[in-house]
Amino acid sequence: MKKTILFLLLVINGLMCSFAQSSTGVEMATGLRSSGKIYVVVAVLAVLFIGLAIYLFTIDKKLSRLEKQQER
Amino acid sequence: MGLLGHVPALPIVNETIRNVYFHVPMWFTMFTLYIISVVYSIKYLSSANPRHDLVAVESVNVGIVFCVFGLLTGMLWANFTWGTFWTNDPQLNGAAIGTLMYLAYLVLRNALEEEQKRARISAIYNIFAFPILIVFMYILPKTTDSLHPGAGGNSGFGEFDLDGSMKAVLYPGAIGWILLGIWLMTLRYRMRKMEYQNVTATL
Repeated sequence: MKKTILFLLLVINGLMCSFAQSSTGVEMATGLRSSGKIYVVVAVLAVLFIGLAIYLFTIDKKLSRLEKQQER
Repeated sequence: MGLLGHVPALPIVNETIRNVYFHVPMWFTMFTLYIISVVYSIKYLSSANPRHDLVAVESVNVGIVFCVFGLLTGMLWANFTWGTFWTNDPQLNGAAIGTLMYLAYLVLRNALEEEQKRARISAIYNIFAFPILIVFMYILPKTTDSLHPGAGGNSGFGEFDLDGSMKAVLYPGAIGWILLGIWLMTLRYRMRKMEYQNVTATL
């Protein structure tokens, strides 16, 4: 009886080990996490460009409002 | 260079280490603009020249924009390396408090009607806000454990950059961003000055 329990524990332990290994071996590579996560850098650059564009447009708007004021 | 240059290979960050070239200069620019703001606030207090006050405001205005850029890029980066957009990390919370502090500066300005009083009070607030920002963003994170590189318990990327090839990209880029920030600030200052002159001319 004791031997079978020990054997079962060993088997379970072995299974656990193998599962643990397989889960560390597989790295999910989907979406922005693919290709060494280079697309995260692309996304960051996109955020910067879009942000700067929006900011410059608001400045442009303000300037044209000022120009109108000056004409009056 | 930022996208193709040589970078150290590290697990988890992988290629996102290139974000150092874009995320870090945002904060450099923000700090430069806030320093300019403090200098002009001090100048305003000693000279009472309204133009100095206008420079101080516009520096904070543009500085906050760069701060938001820094937060957004940092959050994106954090989501794909730490697994979440925001962690209750001392560095991150310090940055958030700093942002709120400077937003409060702008709110304070808008809340005060009288021009000289507004300029004087906001200049004093600005001078005191800057050291507190330094404490929250540099000193406190270094005294505790933080996920953020460069803060306590975690080394900055400078230690992996053995031959300095990353610094050779980062610093010229940072200078470029800082100059861009200062240029935006001067543009906004000139506009604000025109507006101010218009208002005083009509009075």
